[in-house]
Amino acid sequence: MRTQRTFYGALPIIMLIVLWEAVARLKLAPGNFLPPFSLVLEELFYMTVNGVLLSNLARSLARVMIGFSLGSALGIAVGIMMGYSRVMHELLNPIISFLYPIPALGWLPLLMLWVGVGEMLPITIIFICSFFPTAYTTATGVRNVDKRLVRAAETLGASPKNVLKTVVLPLALPTIFTGLRLEAGMAWRVIVAAEMVAIPTGIGALFMQAESLIRMDIIIACLMVLAIMCFLFERIFQYLETKVCRWVKPYGQG
Amino acid sequence: MVKVELKHVSNRYILQNVNLTVEDGELLALLGPSGAGKTTLLNVIAGTTDYEGSVLFDGVSVDDKPASKRNVGYVLQELALFPHLNVFSNIAYGLRIRNMPLTEVERRVDELLALMKIEHLRGRYPSELSGGEGQRVALARALAISPSILLLDEPLNNLDYSIRRYLRREIRRIQRQLNVTTLFVTHDVEEAEEVGDRVAVIVGGRIRQTGNFEEVSSNPADEEVASVLGFQNVWECSKCRRIWGELYEVECKGVKVVVSCEGGAAKRIAIPAREVYIYGDEPQGPQLNTYKGTVKEILFPSPSTAKVKVDVGGNMLVAELSMEIFKSLNLWVGKEIFLKLKLKSIRVYT
Repeated sequence: MRTQRTFYGALPIIMLIVLWEAVARLKLAPGNFLPPFSLVLEELFYMTVNGVLLSNLARSLARVMIGFSLGSALGIAVGIMMGYSRVMHELLNPIISFLYPIPALGWLPLLMLWVGVGEMLPITIIFICSFFPTAYTTATGVRNVDKRLVRAAETLGASPKNVLKTVVLPLALPTIFTGLRLEAGMAWRVIVAAEMVAIPTGIGALFMQAESLIRMDIIIACLMVLAIMCFLFERIFQYLETKVCRWVKPYGQG
Repeated sequence: MVKVELKHVSNRYILQNVNLTVEDGELLALLGPSGAGKTTLLNVIAGTTDYEGSVLFDGVSVDDKPASKRNVGYVLQELALFPHLNVFSNIAYGLRIRNMPLTEVERRVDELLALMKIEHLRGRYPSELSGGEGQRVALARALAISPSILLLDEPLNNLDYSIRRYLRREIRRIQRQLNVTTLFVTHDVEEAEEVGDRVAVIVGGRIRQTGNFEEVSSNPADEEVASVLGFQNVWECSKCRRIWGELYEVECKGVKVVVSCEGGAAKRIAIPAREVYIYGDEPQGPQLNTYKGTVKEILFPSPSTAKVKVDVGGNMLVAELSMEIFKSLNLWVGKEIFLKLKLKSIRVYT
């Protein structure tokens, strides 16, 4: 059953690759604008071996990891405070809802002047891009915990701290994780854009260099790497989510 | 166990000067229509809502104690089982909060699972339980902490009739076995009668009457208590005429009813639905309080009873019949029937 499903999922991808290879090899595309899939793979292999790809990827990865973990950690902390304390919610909610809709890249010009063009720039951008949504979803998750469960826990002897630890947080986790999962993919989209515009290293910068050299094979290879990174990040969080929230049944099972 | 007293308890929204005592080890049924303040009263005892006045456990005020320090076993109407914990952990919750050693927690939870006859549910999650099973788990969780008082908020709502009857007896059995002071909230008269040692009737945020069921039902304090107790037929009446001794004839929209009362000047009469007798043909014997009516509506509140609404000269009368009698009468909407009211069953309010 499972192998069958995997097969059906892989089928269109295989077909697309075959079609792509055929179109490129038969020179059906105008000019030299579509390198064949095999050449892209070759270039990918070459870049991996000579270290260009890995060193750039490592830089992007480090930026994403630092910015994302700081941003989401603070976001979760602020979100819990906002969700749990009415006063904190009243105080912070207007600011958060005001700043939340600004696209992360919108901060770029301002940050280039404030932070300067350097390692801190992409990290700050990722931080911002992770912080607001995480704070927002965490606060929502905490606030949406059924008040009757809180009351039940209280009558069973739980102090406010206990209630937070044993009831509110575990129940808010699925919402928090959904937020993190979406943000993890988003962080990669943002880092590439930031690197393309402002910083001469990282996978986004690699794109821009390839563009100036008219190397379609490198651009496509980078795109593939990027797609895999986004996919992996989201999958890791999805996996963690099912591990941590085993009691939440997947849709359609109950 | 513990005796619980409420003294002059009021609450911003609904409760007005409530005085109530639940004796040590007693099961008191709190009966009232929805919106009467039943749940609010439980919240006051549990400490999950603000109130004025005083709540005493064994004569000691608990007003300054937060909900977490009152040691109250509270089964909420919606059960509120923790969805992220399995049955074992739900029941163990209060014990773990109290830092009970794990072996002791296990022993206690197993004891309760056995008491509730739900050992097989130990590892299940709340989403995998039926209504009746969830009910038992919620009860076990509340009892695990050896509460001073057990509060049950309409615990048998939303369950099938047969399970209700069964669980009702189970609750009674468990309550007797543990001898825990219990306040059982319900809007169902039958439930209150079967479960409660005593019954307290609450209407509009006030306790209207307290006593054992026979006492209260045979002598409701006012027409609202009467209506809560299932006297669905309350007729306004005029022209009170003395016939003889304590027998009076009153007129309700032109229908003459003979009632027995002291003092006369009846303003309303109440007739319990179970005390209305329906006949297909004109009944034999004296024609006192015998009327002709038309069936307007037939309802089945449970598999064993039928409610028949009858129009008697513009007055609506609800009769509650057992299924057997209902079937033998062969009734349909629009059918003309005869009915008889027992003189002794009619309550008179002046």
